[in-house]
Amino acid sequence: MLIRPKAGILDPQGQAVERALPALGFGGVSHVHVGRLVELDVEDPSKLPEMCERLLANPLIEDYEIEQPDAVPQHQDAGPDALRG
Amino acid sequence: MRFGIVRFPGSCDEVDAQLAAERVGEAVILWHQDTDLQGVDAVIVPGGFSYGDYLRVGAIARFAPIMGEVERFARHGGLVLGICNGFQVLCEAGLLSGALLPNTSLRFVCRQVELEVVNASIPWTRACEKGERLSIPAKHTTGRYWAPDPVLDELEANDQIVLRYAPGENFNGSARDIAGVCNAAGNVLGLMPHPEHAVDVLTGSVDGLKLIGAAA
Repeated sequence: MLIRPKAGILDPQGQAVERALPALGFGGVSHVHVGRLVELDVEDPSKLPEMCERLLANPLIEDYEIEQPDAVPQHQDAGPDALRG
Repeated sequence: MRFGIVRFPGSCDEVDAQLAAERVGEAVILWHQDTDLQGVDAVIVPGGFSYGDYLRVGAIARFAPIMGEVERFARHGGLVLGICNGFQVLCEAGLLSGALLPNTSLRFVCRQVELEVVNASIPWTRACEKGERLSIPAKHTTGRYWAPDPVLDELEANDQIVLRYAPGENFNGSARDIAGVCNAAGNVLGLMPHPEHAVDVLTGSVDGLKLIGAAA
């Protein structure tokens, strides 16, 4: 599960990284956001969206994506439809 | 008046909250693994930390056995006060709207702050006057109140913004200078500053007793 701050919410951690990169000579970097990655083995992947909604992410302030390495990678936006298709 | 003060692994302000409550009534500590509120008249979810706040502040504490009872108590009109980490827990539990994000400075800040009482008609603020200033310390890294604009509009329309940082005092970047909000019924209040640390002239202010004492 890839969890990131929702677009539009001030992300001071991303801003701090964005300011630090040019100091090391890495120019041309913008829109930096820092999120977190939760890796897990799960018997029933259909439970993943609910896990995200109820604990792993706070849907008010964070978006999440679910990826299953053994299945077709999912890159859809957050929401209960993330595992469909 | 009997207060129950929740103690999570990591709580560190529950004894101050207990001592503050004992100035205006009785107080007992409620262990996070218990499911008995011991017949208390009001619950304080105190400051400090909870379960390491490993995932997000307050996210794991909201599933503590005691919190199920606190939620039931709150939904039946029981008086609940969430302070700092307690405010974060109440937001995660859905008892209060919004969320607390890292301070815009990303730094831990510990200082006395001036608050303005916006709503003086809920049980926790009835000893205050609308517009009154309170001097109460705040100490946190994750205290930037945030909610989507429609939610903020609704909170304002329903008079659920109870406390604001006075002009120039919003050190954490909170939306609309919000320092404390209540639920629609007004029985649940959450705030980032620590009224339990402002109960004795020796430490500079007794304004915190106005909030805790009002419930008694």
